[in-house]
Amino acid sequence: MNRLMKLMTTAAILAAASAMTPAFAANTAITVGMVLEPPNLDPTSGAAAAIREVTYANIFQGLTRFDANGAIIPDLAKSWDISPDGLTYTFHLAKGVKFHDGSDFSADDVKFSLDRARAPDSTNAQKGLFADIASVDVADPLTVKVTLKKPNGSFLFNMAWGDAVILSPKSIATEATKPVGTGPFKFVNWVKGDHVELAKFDGYWGAPAKLDKVTFKFISDPSAAFAAVMAGDVDAFPMFPAAETLEQFKSDPRFQVIVGNTEGKTILAMNNGKKPFDNIKVREAVAHAINRKEIIDGAMFGYGTPIGTHFSPQNPDYVDLTGQSNYDPEKSKALLKEAGYPNGFTVSLKLPPPPYARKGGEIIAAELAKVGIKAEISNVEWAQWLEQVFKGKDYDMTIIAHVEPMDLDIYSRDNYYFNYKSDAYKKIMAELSSATEPAKRSELLKQAQKQIADDYVNAFLFQLPKTGVANAKIVGLWKNQPTPANDMSEVYWKD
Amino acid sequence: MQEISLTDDRRSLVGEAFRSKSFSLGFLLTGAFIVAAVLSLVWTPYDATAISVAEKLRGPSAAHWLGTDHFGRDILSMIMVGARTSIAVAFVSVGIGIAAGVPLGLWAAARQGSLVDEIIMRANDLVFAFPALLIAILITAVFGPGAVNAIIAIGIFNIPVFARLARGAALTLWTREYIFAARVAGKGAVRISAEHILPNIMNLLIVQGTIQFSLGILADAALSYVGLGAQPPVPSWGRMLADAQTMISLAPHMALFPGAAIVLTVLGLNLMGDGLRDIFDPKLRRSR
Repeated sequence: MNRLMKLMTTAAILAAASAMTPAFAANTAITVGMVLEPPNLDPTSGAAAAIREVTYANIFQGLTRFDANGAIIPDLAKSWDISPDGLTYTFHLAKGVKFHDGSDFSADDVKFSLDRARAPDSTNAQKGLFADIASVDVADPLTVKVTLKKPNGSFLFNMAWGDAVILSPKSIATEATKPVGTGPFKFVNWVKGDHVELAKFDGYWGAPAKLDKVTFKFISDPSAAFAAVMAGDVDAFPMFPAAETLEQFKSDPRFQVIVGNTEGKTILAMNNGKKPFDNIKVREAVAHAINRKEIIDGAMFGYGTPIGTHFSPQNPDYVDLTGQSNYDPEKSKALLKEAGYPNGFTVSLKLPPPPYARKGGEIIAAELAKVGIKAEISNVEWAQWLEQVFKGKDYDMTIIAHVEPMDLDIYSRDNYYFNYKSDAYKKIMAELSSATEPAKRSELLKQAQKQIADDYVNAFLFQLPKTGVANAKIVGLWKNQPTPANDMSEVYWKD
Repeated sequence: MQEISLTDDRRSLVGEAFRSKSFSLGFLLTGAFIVAAVLSLVWTPYDATAISVAEKLRGPSAAHWLGTDHFGRDILSMIMVGARTSIAVAFVSVGIGIAAGVPLGLWAAARQGSLVDEIIMRANDLVFAFPALLIAILITAVFGPGAVNAIIAIGIFNIPVFARLARGAALTLWTREYIFAARVAGKGAVRISAEHILPNIMNLLIVQGTIQFSLGILADAALSYVGLGAQPPVPSWGRMLADAQTMISLAPHMALFPGAAIVLTVLGLNLMGDGLRDIFDPKLRRSR
């Protein structure tokens, strides 16, 4: 009997001990929810923001980087000198940096990465960032000299983008599935359709990460996302897709709600190269048929700032052009009549999974119906959207948020999915890229915003808010999203 | 003489049907939704697709009997139009099942043991072997979501149900004397199946039809719940439930009413099917 008692006590203690371990272990691991799954994990060869949301500042680092507030701070380049004529940037690199594959980081890797990104056959989604580079020279293993063709006021800003990160030449072939960078976390595995797992990199050169393990879990369904956060399967959801549940999270002491800004300009994109949207009057009619307030209230539960052009309202150079495309269904009908569509027309409206698109799309379709435009909704998955709409340009209308900062230049690209071609706009962009004087740049930025609003390229809807939910014990998450990123290097669990 | 007795029998059947409580209740519930669906063709309290964000998430009130959804649409109107979609999808898909399945089953029974019988029944087994909803999802994923593809997907899975039922019932009839008599009289297999077998298995088909109808409504709700049924803005019960899911603590009525609509319709159809079976089944009738 006595022995039995002893045995049972031992068993109880063991059971208690094993029950306690997960509680301790959980404090250095985090599961982060994301709505969209990245199509690959190489930020230098894909446009999807989800790639950067996994890799930026976690796996990959660039010469400079964005901090949580959007300021440009040193990263792999710990300092730099700019020549008086603004043409030569000398970057002094950090010492003792290692890639996750064990190789040493040096100036050669910077030259390799920048040359690769700006090569004619480069698949970089933002080649414009590197367009002004004339040459990249290695001065010594820790010093790189970048010479520009002409002064560029935003060069350090450009180098902070997720598209300008430094890669290891050794692992370049497998970058898309097994990314190797210099960041505080190394890639562990990727279960397609479910999650990407990162682990702390022991050989990291800077302050080591506080977490041991980071899992990015992909949940596109808002109700599944809600359930996952409620059940604690996901510890943080920085861009939470169900805004209607935020009130509930606010009143629950287990959670914190983080509302901030993103650079996400949410637009109703129209295929400018296809009938009927090749007619500016039709595009203007669409713009006037849309009630931004109704979309923000209905699809975003009031979170979001209306925009009238493709520019973020946080920016000091933002021009509020919402009045130019105000809600005016009568004017819209008149414009349709002028354009030769007195009875409207039928077009397709392809909606990717994020709720701003799916819910916003239903409202927009109803609003367009009031002026006679029949928008047939078809819901597409994210990979399909990238393939059909973004790459294939096979669409009439779609809704999407462009989350990159200062991306006005996409409207000057010939092969972009808007199919917008304007020489006047290209001229503004060309002037902008060579302008260094702040007043002149500001003026050009305003002109550019005005130009696309005047041409009604797309219907500009609202600035996407960052509505995040996280466990109340998590510290160090970004409030705003100045660039697509989920920087986990400073995140930790308190107590 | 014979004519009179037949009409008497029919009249008593209808009378008996309404004496059965489960049939009456089922008939009432199903009838109510069918009336709502038909009524929605000409009238709904509000336009079921009219968005009015200012009035979103209102609870039931005099203006909106069942409240409004997250876009301020009237839920009663949406349920009425949704009933139309659901009933249409279920009706047509059961129709596909009967139209294709019954002749196949009768054919297999008439040629029992032959190669034709083998091919038809093994093909049926093959379709049966797949989980119906998964294949329906596959079909709608390949051919694109929409009410028509949902109908086809659900309809295909109704074929083996009716084929099996028709074959099984027909096989027992083929051994009856009156069938022998018909054969002796020189009638071919097709005529016998149509004139003698089909009328005698009709009651079974009607009972099975009501049950498949309710399953069809459930399948349509499931498909539109995952976004593969009728596409927005056309309201559908399944999507109304899906939309309500994240708002359940905010506006429970959004989930409650479409959910109740599905439950009551399916319940009504099942009760009706049960009642019909009791009436048609002579053994059960005698025991009562």
